[in-house]
Amino acid sequence: MIIDLLITGFIIVGGIFGFVGSFGLLKLNDPMSRMHAPTKATTLGVGGVLLGSMLHAWAYEGRVSAHELLITLFLLVSAPVTANFLAKVFINQQTKPKDLPTPGTCKLWATHNKPEHHPASEQTGA
Amino acid sequence: MRILNRLLPHPLLTLLLTVIWQLLVNRFSLNSLLFGFFLGLLIPFVTQPYWPNRPKLKSPLRLAGYVLLVFWDIVVANMIVARIILFMPNSKRQPAWVEVPLDIRTPEAIAMLGGTITMTPGTLTADISADGHYLLVHCLHAPDTAAVRDDIKSRYETRLKEIFE
Repeated sequence: MIIDLLITGFIIVGGIFGFVGSFGLLKLNDPMSRMHAPTKATTLGVGGVLLGSMLHAWAYEGRVSAHELLITLFLLVSAPVTANFLAKVFINQQTKPKDLPTPGTCKLWATHNKPEHHPASEQTGA
Repeated sequence: MRILNRLLPHPLLTLLLTVIWQLLVNRFSLNSLLFGFFLGLLIPFVTQPYWPNRPKLKSPLRLAGYVLLVFWDIVVANMIVARIILFMPNSKRQPAWVEVPLDIRTPEAIAMLGGTITMTPGTLTADISADGHYLLVHCLHAPDTAAVRDDIKSRYETRLKEIFE
């Protein structure tokens, strides 16, 4: 009974956070902010469902299920990389070097580091 | 000792691969343990030439502590971002770019810092400077960008510096 409540709780919490992540994608009003919603709120959404699934396997099938841990691990590794790729696309297509803060003496961010942004010298990407 | 180093170029990776194989199989048996260990020996051995300047981990225990800290921060991050999404009108939200000067130089440590920043409260790593000494971070809501920068440096970067350098 208590186990049932716990499992239900985890799944509901997961559902709520998954919903908030998708809602954020709709509500936030600029492309960079939009990326915050799915990368973060969704982590806990998936995490909640996975915790529920682990508890269920342990309580009803009498075994310890580890696949959920692996899913969490792979999600943690892949989510930042995806977000970074999307951010780079945004920077490449919709910003100029003057739109962003300048990084110290080096002047350019890696995505902007291409010939058209510094005509004086020919450097390759770092 | 030298032969052991040759055969086991990366003991931590061997351990990690063995454990991950166990998790993949999802049922513990001597058979899968041995096969996992075999993979753990083979893969580092074969991929060794592709990792010429691999950093040495100074303290794996500290790394475990760091992972726990990040897990906790991810939970907090989710609450904060959910609150901003649900209750803060777009007109009041102040998104901002922050540049974070880096003290760490190891590529692996910088990659980990970037990943951590993306997973934690209201910040997202967007780019690195062309010389690799700055990170470009986007904040969902940051009235005080200096505070965000100092927080990232003191909370995560100093810990990663202790672990990797």
